[in-house]
Amino acid sequence: MNKFHFNRDAILGFIVASLLVLIALRAPVFLSAGSLDTLVTDGALLGMMAVAQMLPILTGGIDLSMPANMAFTGMATALLSKAHPTMPVLLTVAIALGIGLVLGAFNGAFIAYLGIPPIVVTLGTMSIFRGAVFILSRGAWVNAQDFGKPYLAFPMGRLLGLTHIAWISALIIAAAYVFLNHMKKGRDLYALGGNPSAAKYVGINSTHNKMLVYVITGLASGLCGYLWVARYAIAYTEIAMGFELQTIAACVIGGVSITGGRGTIPGVLLGAAFLVIIFNALPIINVSPFWQMAISGAVVLAAVILNSRSERSQGKVILEPNRVPAAKVAL
Amino acid sequence: MKSGGSRWAFAKRWETILVLILLAICIINSMASPYFLNPHNLFDSTQSFSEKALIVLSMTLVIIGRDIDLSVAANVALCSTAMGWLALHGLSTSSLLVASILVGTVAGMFNGFVITWFKVPAIVVTIGTLSLFRGIAYIVLGDHAFTSYPANFWELGQGYLFGMIPYEFLVFLGFAVIFYVLLHRTIIGRNLFAYGNNPDAALYSGIQVNAYRFWFFTLNGAMCGLAAAFLTSRIGATRPNMALGWDMETIAMVVLGGVSIMGGSGTMLGVLLSVFVMGMLTFGLGLVNIPGIMMTVVVGCLLIGAIASPILVKKFADWKRERVGI
Repeated sequence: MNKFHFNRDAILGFIVASLLVLIALRAPVFLSAGSLDTLVTDGALLGMMAVAQMLPILTGGIDLSMPANMAFTGMATALLSKAHPTMPVLLTVAIALGIGLVLGAFNGAFIAYLGIPPIVVTLGTMSIFRGAVFILSRGAWVNAQDFGKPYLAFPMGRLLGLTHIAWISALIIAAAYVFLNHMKKGRDLYALGGNPSAAKYVGINSTHNKMLVYVITGLASGLCGYLWVARYAIAYTEIAMGFELQTIAACVIGGVSITGGRGTIPGVLLGAAFLVIIFNALPIINVSPFWQMAISGAVVLAAVILNSRSERSQGKVILEPNRVPAAKVAL
Repeated sequence: MKSGGSRWAFAKRWETILVLILLAICIINSMASPYFLNPHNLFDSTQSFSEKALIVLSMTLVIIGRDIDLSVAANVALCSTAMGWLALHGLSTSSLLVASILVGTVAGMFNGFVITWFKVPAIVVTIGTLSLFRGIAYIVLGDHAFTSYPANFWELGQGYLFGMIPYEFLVFLGFAVIFYVLLHRTIIGRNLFAYGNNPDAALYSGIQVNAYRFWFFTLNGAMCGLAAAFLTSRIGATRPNMALGWDMETIAMVVLGGVSIMGGSGTMLGVLLSVFVMGMLTFGLGLVNIPGIMMTVVVGCLLIGAIASPILVKKFADWKRERVGI
């Protein structure tokens, strides 16, 4: 069983690679520079948000409100940019992070301090934040010509041939990797999701850690809200609607256990890559984009069923059997 | 919330609070608009929530059993799409109704099967089927809509008894009685509470927990099919984005009705009251011209507020007791 889990990322990597090859054989244009560039930028946004979504799922929770948070932050910064076209990028990013943090802390307060199930809280805030976008904008759109120049220029600017969005995403994902694998706080999150009561007894504070998790998803959503609006140069109420399903799908495909405690960042990134490749390939191989939703649903179900097989009968063996003296086992 | 014995236990019951909220909303509504207390308007307003309320009834059972179904809105879209497609092939109104319930039932069965057979959490399975069901509707319809239905199809969702009471509302009331009996007067309901409180103990005392869960998901699907038939008939068209947001609204109504989201407790009476609270609230907001998206904000606040307030009250009471103790 363990072996299967260990190899899971490799198998998924192989599937993603063969998917790329198959699509390229059918439509070589998919591997052209322009197409790959779009793929990387789309993948950067989904990858970043999927890695953020992974944190609450690791602790046994979920955050459905991330796209609504993105829409709110995106709209708020867009309106600011419209009112002050010369606003520097650093200030925009700081404001985006700030708004995202506040919205995330709002989730966190209800989840961590009042102990309300994350699914209920974020289901509620999902529509509250979305409604707040409407109140803020009075239902109006912010169009490409309304934005200030620096606002739009920075995220799509290029460094070494890749967009800034891609570089920011890579930085954040690398930071998340270090955090989850090499820092005590990160390991605490795995412990918290894997066995909450055991985590409590070894002194891991569930309240603080849960608060931290939802603050982080809030921060990530805030940043992505700005990047998303700047990438598509448009802000409206329904931005990124349904994106939460894609982030959850990327996690589930990547082998993150929905009940918490298990999952790797490479897995999540491969899951995100899988989805982005399929979505971007559909129009190229002449399939209507209306297939996107059903495909991601089917893929999630398939991944969930496959995961359930590898997760069964785990978490029972506390000590390696051969290290325990026979006399004590008989007890 | 139960603190039996005391003379004030009645006042502390969630149902009593809901009745007070309902009265308050009705009083405020009738002051805000002269059109509120017109019986025709009142009966008409039930149409806007009867369909959702049908799903709320079965969702209550699912949630008491520690599960959740996020795919109901997508299921409604799927059933409606099936009806629209079959109507193009000349089916009559009654067979369309049956077909819609059948499609919903099969979709619900699929949820129940994946959840109980592979032992995976309901939330992630229904997130998957949410995409799958609505995705199928999008594949069939794209950006088109089905609008050609049999001539007498509209009667289902727009017909009235005595020219006043919508059929939908009567059907809802009928099902409310059935679900009340099912939950509070039969062994099925007792077993549901048992496994909702403690699935392991229920299993060891011989309740076939997974069979129950499977059939409640199936029932939930069937109710989605019924609701889809009424909704499609009322608005006269099928679009892939129909009933968007209904999953949150139905769950909010169940939770506002005093059903614990962790399972194991709740009453049908409370859920019925919360259906009327939400219905009258929506109607009132509509009368004073507040846009629909604001309604989702109100629902979101109610959802969180309904769960947070008892916890806050308890925390405050604990904090006060601690202070007095010291």
